Amino acid sequence: MTGGLLDNSWFRGIYCNLAESEACRIEHGYVYFKGLQIPGLLPLGWEWLAFLLTGFAITMVLVNGVLGTVLMFIWAERRLLGRFQSRLGPNRWGPWGTLTPLADAIKTMFKEDIVPAKADRWVFNAAPVLMMIPGLLVLAVIPFGAGSFLADLNIGILYVIAVTSLVTFAIVMAGWGSQNRYAMFGAMRAVALLISYEIPMVLSLLGVLLLTGSLSLVAVVNAQTIPFILVQPLGFLVFFIASIAEINRPPFDLAEAESELGAGYHTEYSGMKFGLFLNAEFTATIVSAAVIVTLFLSGWRGFSWLPSQAWFFIKLIGVLFFMVWTRATWPRLRIDQVMAFAWKALLPLTFINLLASAIEIQVWPSPTTDQLWIMAGINFGVMIGSVLILSWLLGPRRAPSPLLGSQPGPISPEAAADTTGGAS
Amino acid sequence: MHGLGLLQGLGVTLLNFFRSPTTVQYPDRRVGLLGMAKEADMSPIAFAASRPGDALKAAAGLATVDTPSDQKVRFRGQDFIWYEERCTGCASCAKFCPLGIIEIVTSTSGKHADEGEVYDIDVFDIDLGRCMFCGMCVEACPYDALHMGGGFERSRYERKDLVISVDELRTAKKKPSTWFRPQLESARYDPHSGDERPWEKAGRHEQPTREELTERWVDER
Repeated sequence: MTGGLLDNSWFRGIYCNLAESEACRIEHGYVYFKGLQIPGLLPLGWEWLAFLLTGFAITMVLVNGVLGTVLMFIWAERRLLGRFQSRLGPNRWGPWGTLTPLADAIKTMFKEDIVPAKADRWVFNAAPVLMMIPGLLVLAVIPFGAGSFLADLNIGILYVIAVTSLVTFAIVMAGWGSQNRYAMFGAMRAVALLISYEIPMVLSLLGVLLLTGSLSLVAVVNAQTIPFILVQPLGFLVFFIASIAEINRPPFDLAEAESELGAGYHTEYSGMKFGLFLNAEFTATIVSAAVIVTLFLSGWRGFSWLPSQAWFFIKLIGVLFFMVWTRATWPRLRIDQVMAFAWKALLPLTFINLLASAIEIQVWPSPTTDQLWIMAGINFGVMIGSVLILSWLLGPRRAPSPLLGSQPGPISPEAAADTTGGAS
Repeated sequence: MHGLGLLQGLGVTLLNFFRSPTTVQYPDRRVGLLGMAKEADMSPIAFAASRPGDALKAAAGLATVDTPSDQKVRFRGQDFIWYEERCTGCASCAKFCPLGIIEIVTSTSGKHADEGEVYDIDVFDIDLGRCMFCGMCVEACPYDALHMGGGFERSRYERKDLVISVDELRTAKKKPSTWFRPQLESARYDPHSGDERPWEKAGRHEQPTREELTERWVDER
């Protein structure tokens, strides 16, 4: 029952101390607690309990670790945003302001929990909890290091995509349950965003799937003798943009655009329910950064002078830094621009990427590292060429664009003259 | 080409990221070990050796040092400097105040009955809660008795506490702002770093002594 799982060093470390198992002793030569006469704490026949307890222990470490990381990330993001805008950021409470998120959490807990009179109570109360869960579920399949993961699902990528889509249900529930037009608008925008960006996101992953031939995230990492960001630059670009849109971060935070919708779908939430929404968003950010690291930045792979977990977290911090950097730089897009960008720019790009990758895989069915480098060269050319062509096609300066009828952009003098003249 | 503007924007924010922040921290600022040592005018090692507790606190990012407020000499703050010795009780300030927030009640003093020119100031209330700090009272004062002040930490919980009474004016530190007082500025007086300005030196002219006044009065007769 546990043969495959014992390849997982996290699992083996706990399980083999709990259960008396031949597999632990013979195949892996595990060193038990010193001074213990019996190999496991639990008697024979209780392996199921050991299995359960091990799973719970790892889950607990993962969930609490991520929630702690969320607190750190909230602080780091605010500090970084401050520095990007030539100011300091939070610096008063604790060393360099590190205790600020803690103070925020305490404040949030003591706030009054308001439920609107006409709210749909069950839906309203369930939404924050539902929002929190998908981000934590994704953690189950992410390999944090060599042999450090909760589960090696053979449909890992599919699982990640399916689970992250659930966030939208929570957002719609929040918008619907609030009985607030702004909240509803925010929720509808979130749905529109998710439907539009899910497609390029999934399609951009197909290149990775073609290269690895497996949906398991562990297999994806094992296949990355060079990081797939080099082999699949276009796929990475599209996936990165689409995942920012999926987790509703700026410049795609239309679901909670504060200048347009109040606070979007969580307008009516206060206290810890709002805190859960905030927490869920940051969890989603960290998790999607972890997915990006796993799929495109070769996961835990790195040089041998640091443990594999450390490499994973270094890359994770790099991706998160880039996310904060882009957030600090780019302004929010308008809803029609976002939609046009997804369907007119990202979708063609993913198709081009998929076509190029498919042809390359047809030529080299199981690519070696050298062949991967050649692919990287070709794909970089494909990326630059396709982006250039698309920007030429969609650019605002080609006044009457054949593809974009209503694309907003600078109006040429002829077009302006035409609208005034043709008013009759 | 699309996308170049996005990269340019990223470059701008990255430049800001590596630049030191423009924020001025007031009333105190957080310093690290290096900043604390610089504040104490020591090398970091000497500082850590002489004051290990403070050095540890600074290294943990918990140390603060006071920030001096960097003000100009003409800064018009939220208080007034009044020289009773210069004031005749003419109430020009009250008459010129556009908001009518200065209330002056005088009585004949009888101290200098032979000259008949000085009143006692019984009430001199300035309601800062309604003051707009236009400074017309200061401009109007013929004897340079009223000056703007440089204070700015005057938040109060109640509006009535914002009324400056005559006692407060009497006991306040005499550090007048040089706003509309060129004589102070040409004397290079700085209210924020300098000492208190005595009433004799606050006016446009050298204040004549009593003997000089008597002499002049006698001469004119």
